[in-house]
Amino acid sequence: MYDTLYHCPTHWDEVEQLLAESEDTLCLAGGMTLIPSLKQRLMMPDALVDLAKVLPRTIRLEDAHLVIGAGARHVDVARSDLVQSHIPALTALAGGIGDPMVRNRGTLGGSLANNDPAADYPAALLALRGEVITNRRRVPAQSFLTGMFETALAQGEVITEVRFAIPKAAAYHKCRQGASGFALAGVFLAQFAEGVESGITGVASQAYLDPEMVAALQARSLTDWQPDDGDFLSDMHADLPYRTALLKHAANEAWKAITQT
Amino acid sequence: MKLTVNGQAVRATPPARMLLSEFLREELRLTGTHVGCDTSQCGACTVHLNGEAVKSCSVLAVACDGAELRTIEGVEHRLQEAMIRHHGLQCGFCTAGVIMAGLDMIRRHGTALDRTLIRTELEGNICRCTGYHGMVEAIYEVSRDV
Repeated sequence: MYDTLYHCPTHWDEVEQLLAESEDTLCLAGGMTLIPSLKQRLMMPDALVDLAKVLPRTIRLEDAHLVIGAGARHVDVARSDLVQSHIPALTALAGGIGDPMVRNRGTLGGSLANNDPAADYPAALLALRGEVITNRRRVPAQSFLTGMFETALAQGEVITEVRFAIPKAAAYHKCRQGASGFALAGVFLAQFAEGVESGITGVASQAYLDPEMVAALQARSLTDWQPDDGDFLSDMHADLPYRTALLKHAANEAWKAITQT
Repeated sequence: MKLTVNGQAVRATPPARMLLSEFLREELRLTGTHVGCDTSQCGACTVHLNGEAVKSCSVLAVACDGAELRTIEGVEHRLQEAMIRHHGLQCGFCTAGVIMAGLDMIRRHGTALDRTLIRTELEGNICRCTGYHGMVEAIYEVSRDV
């Protein structure tokens, strides 16, 4: 287990100060990605800043949007009446992350800051016209996700809240890798007055949206539709043809779910 | 740091690198909590942190200042007897973690648990011996009467 310095600040200015001290200082939220990474020495920070005492965990409504604190754990989102009554697809998404013990620790902010190509929340962030609010600025979803395990977060910048638009209907369908539960292909569809937004995860270097896929779904057939798979992942869990087939399946299932409500 | 473990006050200064599982087993000699994998997947290390099941191999000991911890040593529950009666264990290595996860799902779902949901809720626990059937039956039986 990699040795490091541990800080647990009680105020935001302490957080900022600690993060300003070194580029190699990392934030710790639920630790469900960071601590396994430390154990494997995939990350070797010189210090950890535990955000447990400063990160907002509240879930609230703000002009037709759901605003969720970055510290909200997956179990908090999964069990929230407010989320269930406004975006039940998000309830289902949060309840499908990892396993119950992971959900008791892992956070929304941690998931987005990590931007795992197979994570669920990035797909929802895109489809729900999400906005990431940090201690410095507000970043729209598409600008926030910048690559595999990369985000627009600058040094010293920490996600504090995430804003999701409330759709008329939404659904998330994930084809899970059997052991890890991560998405081999996950499709989040959200119906708004102006049209359907999409968020696709698991198949490429990061979550992305695909209006052409939505158009194909609206035309009622993905049979002749081919995704632009140049960036698609292909590995022992799912090679390219299988992953593409899973993507189509997930998209069809999500589409059925939103058109049948 | 100060915390409560199985109802008893504990004071300690663990190094930042010490995992909660190491702290429990090596510092407090509570060896009922097991370490089964290196990848935070198997659940053999599951304990209750402030009343909620967590994988102690993926929590830092220092992050538990002020916390209330419960390990298998601090559990006295009819789920344990039901596990024996339903053959929910063989080698016993995963068992403490299964019981801690079982108690957590009973707390959250209560009588709403059915066998399908129990199996889903056990996704964080790996057992190589039993095929899970006995532990599912044990948890199901106990959840009928909560």
